[in-house]
Amino acid sequence: MREVLEGSQAVARTVARCRPDVVCAYPISPQTHIVEALARAARTGALGSCEYINVESEFAAMSVSIGSSAAGARTYTATASQGLLFMTEAVYNAAGLGLPIVMTIANRAIGSPINIWNDHSDSLALRDSGWLQLFAVDNQEAADLHVIAFAAGEELGIPVMVCMDGFILTHASDVVDVVEQADVDAFLPPYRPQQVLDVDHPTTIGTMAGPETFTETRYLQHKRFLDAAAVVQSWSDRFREAFGREAGGLVHTYLPGTLDRDRTAPPPGADDTVVVAMGSVVGTLQDTLTALGDEPVRLLGIGTYRPFPAQALREAVGAARRVVVIDRALELGVGGVLTGDVRHALAGTGIAVHSVVAGLGGRPITQEVLTDVVRRGIAGQLGDLDFCDLRADALEEMNA
Amino acid sequence: MTAVSIPFMQTGTLVVGNRLLDDDDRSVQARADRPSSLTKGHRACQGCAEALAARWVMDTAVDATGGKLMVANATGCLEVFSTLYPESAWKPAWIHSLFANAASVATGLAAANAARGRSDIRVLAQGGDGGTVDIGMASVSGMFERNDDVLYVCYDNGGYMNTGVQRSGSTPPAARTATTPIAGTRPGAPFGQGKFMPRIAMAHEIPYVATATVADLRDLEAKVRTAMSIHGARYLHVLVPCPLGWGSASHQSIALSRAAVQSGTFPVFEARAGELTAVTKIRERVDVEEYLRPQQRFAHLFKPGGEDALARVRAAAEANIRRYGLLDDEPRSRVQRQAQEQEARR
Repeated sequence: MREVLEGSQAVARTVARCRPDVVCAYPISPQTHIVEALARAARTGALGSCEYINVESEFAAMSVSIGSSAAGARTYTATASQGLLFMTEAVYNAAGLGLPIVMTIANRAIGSPINIWNDHSDSLALRDSGWLQLFAVDNQEAADLHVIAFAAGEELGIPVMVCMDGFILTHASDVVDVVEQADVDAFLPPYRPQQVLDVDHPTTIGTMAGPETFTETRYLQHKRFLDAAAVVQSWSDRFREAFGREAGGLVHTYLPGTLDRDRTAPPPGADDTVVVAMGSVVGTLQDTLTALGDEPVRLLGIGTYRPFPAQALREAVGAARRVVVIDRALELGVGGVLTGDVRHALAGTGIAVHSVVAGLGGRPITQEVLTDVVRRGIAGQLGDLDFCDLRADALEEMNA
Repeated sequence: MTAVSIPFMQTGTLVVGNRLLDDDDRSVQARADRPSSLTKGHRACQGCAEALAARWVMDTAVDATGGKLMVANATGCLEVFSTLYPESAWKPAWIHSLFANAASVATGLAAANAARGRSDIRVLAQGGDGGTVDIGMASVSGMFERNDDVLYVCYDNGGYMNTGVQRSGSTPPAARTATTPIAGTRPGAPFGQGKFMPRIAMAHEIPYVATATVADLRDLEAKVRTAMSIHGARYLHVLVPCPLGWGSASHQSIALSRAAVQSGTFPVFEARAGELTAVTKIRERVDVEEYLRPQQRFAHLFKPGGEDALARVRAAAEANIRRYGLLDDEPRSRVQRQAQEQEARR
């Protein structure tokens, strides 16, 4: 049923319909509305026998999730920003143990200075943690991605972060069609863990590996992680067949003026500038390009950030003249984080990649700002690294 | 307990393998079908009291649950010496995640069992003093205050022995560690620092808190059995001498545990809902010197200049004796006590 819902409510309802056994979370803005809704659902019996556990920290939230997932329970949590960093050790551990926990990241900046608003610094800081990272462009996709996350994660034995822009999506109301219970039940297989703590068939989980086996363990984890791209794509395809709309996948081209996927677009040619982005800014960019009219510029949205879809990106970029990455996270002393992945993927192609760091700590990325960036991109006026919308007056004041 | 009347106190309840007792009264260790939850072949040091305590705890818990037991283990000696891939010394379903999160992982295990209606499966978490009183404190406290159905067992050897004997929040004052060396004007761990976790556990008013040592293994076993008969958060704190970290001979671990109790250094008690309910009285009081002298970590107390520190350690033991009422109102000699006990049996 299509209805106007806050992004967090749409996510909470979708997660509920995935029938989690255990939900464990610690409050942090802007993720709170999601877990509040799930707590209420658990209290009212809407989640069946699901256990909702209030804990003392994000570190505990992920650790409880590790325990419940290891015991064979479908497990969900949500966090953001400082919370994600606070649980970091356990985040890596969950991936190493092969536990398909699903975690919503309401993407938010990392302090200091403390800032509760949106950028991608948090989940991108954990890009090496061994979790899949799926990025949503709007509330509908944010909600739908959770179904795909449980399905793909459990098939792979890999945990999944579903990343949605904090406030911009979590707190925005939009028309959403939340998946129906019967449809999810038909779509999402029951969780069959690949390794589980079972009192009838006891195992030891989490042993120590010395120098003679550690590399091999990591190698196998890497191989499985690379294979994950195809699994994510496969579940995305199955989702489209089952629900009649797009969600998830690797790298996307869009039909003019919409966020509907264009599966038949020819790859960009030698005159084209390609703009690459991730998350809700993709929608603003699409509006920007529509308003610009008939310019030699194309938009690519990254749907899966980890594993990074390098092959799909190379194909989608084609023979483009240059690539402009709208980057929502900054690697200090280096540049845009996503840009690094894009440059790595396009190494050897000779295609120039320009990094534009934009919208840090919730600075609005307006159509006006993007119009300027895209125009400069087309004109070849962007450098290796530009900062969008830098306020000269603020810089002067802070340097004074 | 339906003990057979025999005149030797040595064959009373304190003995491990008492074949004279009824099957039901025997130690789990005395039975042919003992679980051997922590099997041979692990890499613990000779004389490691943690390995001994863990085997008793685990075997009792396995026995009490009919084998329906899940275990979450913190990083530390116990984890390292038992599970170097591709080997494992553990028979029960066992998971190690991190140093600081054993209690939280255990909460997760219990939640998963509860969500799937498996109330027959019980959960035990265990770690050393570092993983419990220091880095794992928040996780343990969170599990306590939620009253999650977990028995948490802390094996307290008073330091970070796995990383080379550094000070923890459970290192006793004056003890030498690698980070509280015998140097300067106040050698060893500082006085006025450190914490005694059982009292912190009691402050949470959880259903059951107990302390134990490897000097009285039947008592340890009884406490695990009591703990497993209760639902909710439970805490068991076991003193486990560490020959490596304490600088003691490997054959002295039991004797040192006994001296810790009999000197008042380590109080053995039970508490329910925050109230002290049972105390193991000192049977044969010894001076703290009997506990301290065999340990190299306290050697400086018995050299010139160590007198004040020794006196403070002694005063702390006396404070324990007063606080927990560790002495009988009328202290008895060993001979008197034996005579009274024999009289009581008749």
